[in-house]
This record gives sequence, C-alpha cells and structure tokens, in this order.
Amino acid sequence: MDTATITAKSLLDSLFDNDILFETGVDGLYGRSGVFEEVIERFQRLVTRLGAPDKATAIHFPPGMSRATLEKSGYMKSFPQLAGCVHSFSGNERDHAKLLGMMAAGEDWTELQQATEVALTPAACYPLYPTVAARGPVPDEGLLFELSSYCFRHEPSQDPARMQLFRMREFVRIGTSDQVRAFRESWLERGKAMIESLGLPCEVDVANDPFFGRGGKMMANNQRDQGLKFELLIPVSSVEKPTACLSFNYHQDHFGQTWGLKFADGSLCHSACVGFGLERVALALFRHHGPDVAAWPAAARAVLWEA
Amino acid sequence: MRLVKLEARRKMIDRIRSLFARNDALPFDIEKLSDQDNLYDAGMTSFASVQIMLAIEEEFDTEFPERMLTRRTFASVANIAEAVSQLTEQSN
Repeated sequence: MDTATITAKSLLDSLFDNDILFETGVDGLYGRSGVFEEVIERFQRLVTRLGAPDKATAIHFPPGMSRATLEKSGYMKSFPQLAGCVHSFSGNERDHAKLLGMMAAGEDWTELQQATEVALTPAACYPLYPTVAARGPVPDEGLLFELSSYCFRHEPSQDPARMQLFRMREFVRIGTSDQVRAFRESWLERGKAMIESLGLPCEVDVANDPFFGRGGKMMANNQRDQGLKFELLIPVSSVEKPTACLSFNYHQDHFGQTWGLKFADGSLCHSACVGFGLERVALALFRHHGPDVAAWPAAARAVLWEA
Repeated sequence: MRLVKLEARRKMIDRIRSLFARNDALPFDIEKLSDQDNLYDAGMTSFASVQIMLAIEEEFDTEFPERMLTRRTFASVANIAEAVSQLTEQSN
C-alpha cells in the first residue's frame, strides 16, 4: 500500500481488494480473513506474554451486557450517541402479521420491537465492575483482571479503523490511587515498547473520550487537564490524524463510587485500564507492512510468529 | 455607582448559588462553601459541572463559548460569576 497518499477510503478499498476484509453492506461491519484473524490471535499472544508476570484473572464476557448495568454505569450521560440496545419482537400473532405487513410496505416496522434487557457492550470493562463489587471488599493489594470482548459503538464510517463492532482486549486494575496509576505507568512503557517491536511508528499523547454535546467539550477538557487518558497513536488511515490503537485510562474513583467498590476499611477503590484495539493494531500492521504477512519485516515476524 | 455594581454582583452570585442548591447530584451544601472554595475539591464531578453549566446557561439565557468550557471556569462560585459577567456584559 502506498503509505504517502493513503486515505481512509483507499485503505478500506485496498483491504477489500486484497481479501483481508469483506464488505457486509454496513459501514463499520466487516468480515475478517483467516490471515487477519491470525494476526489478531498472534498479537493477543504477545499481549498475554507481556502481561503474564502480573497474573491477571481472565474473564471473558459476551458482547452483550445487562442494560441496567450500562444505565447505572453512567454511559448514557457521556456517550448516548454511541450506545446500542438490543430490541426484540415480543408481540402476538396479530402483531406479527402487522409487522410483516409494514415490512412489505417499506414502513418502519421496528416500532413493534421492544427494548430487551441486553445492551451491546461498549467497552470490555463495563460488565466487570458490578461483578467485582458483588464479591465483597477488595483486598489491600487490589485486583487485576484481563478482559476481551467484541464491543459496539454506533459510529458508522468508511474509515476501517473506526468499526462499529470490534474487539477490545483490556487489563483493568482496581486498587488505591497509587496502585492503579503505577499500573497505568507500567503499561505506558510496555505498550510503547511492544508496538515499536512490531516495527510500527507510534507516539503517546494525552487524549479525551468523544463525550456527547457541548457539555461533552467540558468533560473532554476536564479529562485532558487532569491527564486521565493517554493514547498510543499509529498512523493508520491518516498521517495527520493517527489512530488510537492502545489507550491508558485512569478513572479515579468513578467506578468505585458508581458500584461501591471498596476496601475492607470502607475507603473507595480507584481503577485504571489499558485497552488494546485489536482490529486497529492488525490494520496498522497491514497498512505499514503490506497485505502479504509472509513478506513482513523479519523483526516484526519474529515477535509475532516465532516467540 | 460602585455600590450598584456590587449589589448586582451579589444578586448574580445568589442566583448561581440557588442553582447549586437545586442540584441533588452534588455531595455538598453550597451554603457551607465560600465563593472562592474549590467545588471539585468539595466533590463536584465532571458530569455535575456539566449540569451546572447547562443550568447557568438557562438561568442567564446565555451560552458559554467553547473557550470557556473548562474546568477552571466552573471551579468556584466566584469563577462562574466572573464568566457570567463577561458573557452578560458582552451581550449588553
């Protein structure tokens, strides 16, 4: 791929042309080739290897979560535009006939569906906090979890690095402010070294989440002023606006307060997470090293295939 | 003249304080804080500050420009009053 003139659309077309991604008719939802999945799998092993000394507890949640949990988490305050709730039909035979009639007439039949108790998981760690809170007080040394989930964000785009359904791998540290910030610091270093070992250009910068609306501008400014979010950026679909492939977030005691995560002495827990955008890292590798993984630089291949 | 201005300022601060008093998401009693006390230190979350921002816009029929949507603007009652007077003086 000609990296000098790449755009989001040309990158996407090139991924389709090389049978790395497959169209589905919806922007941001793509089929993945076997090779693409293999790259993700090997990158995941690399993450596992780097995180192994920390002995995290692994939990795999499905890509849907309790809607009540999403509501309580405050997600709708900050990101109503990204959330997705699952709706299903629960009517009788008459309603069914009406539904089919509306569908045949090209009318909006979705009003005959009702919200279920399931919402799509927007970030791998959202289902974790109530699960931890239900287990009682957090031990003095804190807790560390390793999570992986498909996540949904409603932001249709022809930028392949902005998918609507994508996988996020996360380590989540719950503990004192000092413990969780030390964890984040260690991953800022490990994450950068890891991406550099793959022969990818990157930089770490302070960042903010895409909070909704004008109030969101203030939330974003607050987040930046306090240095709560850092991102590791790699040029993927644009050189000027590199893509966040890893993010390092300090939540202060937000989730501690929301879910009553406390130590035995009653003091609130802080939390921090490091997230790996798995598709984004894979896209960065294909974008910089080319569509043929056998022809990737030996150093990057050694890290992914031989270790 | 000066007294009139001070009186207007006091009234504005009272209106701002009443917005805090009406918000149940705040963990503090605004009556117990001075105009200079840091509201974030008192437990105001980012989201609560957004609610306050929107309430102030409604109360004073104004709109904060993006450059003013910062942590600093909403850090104390005095800072908010300063921002509101800048906005209302501009529009007068």
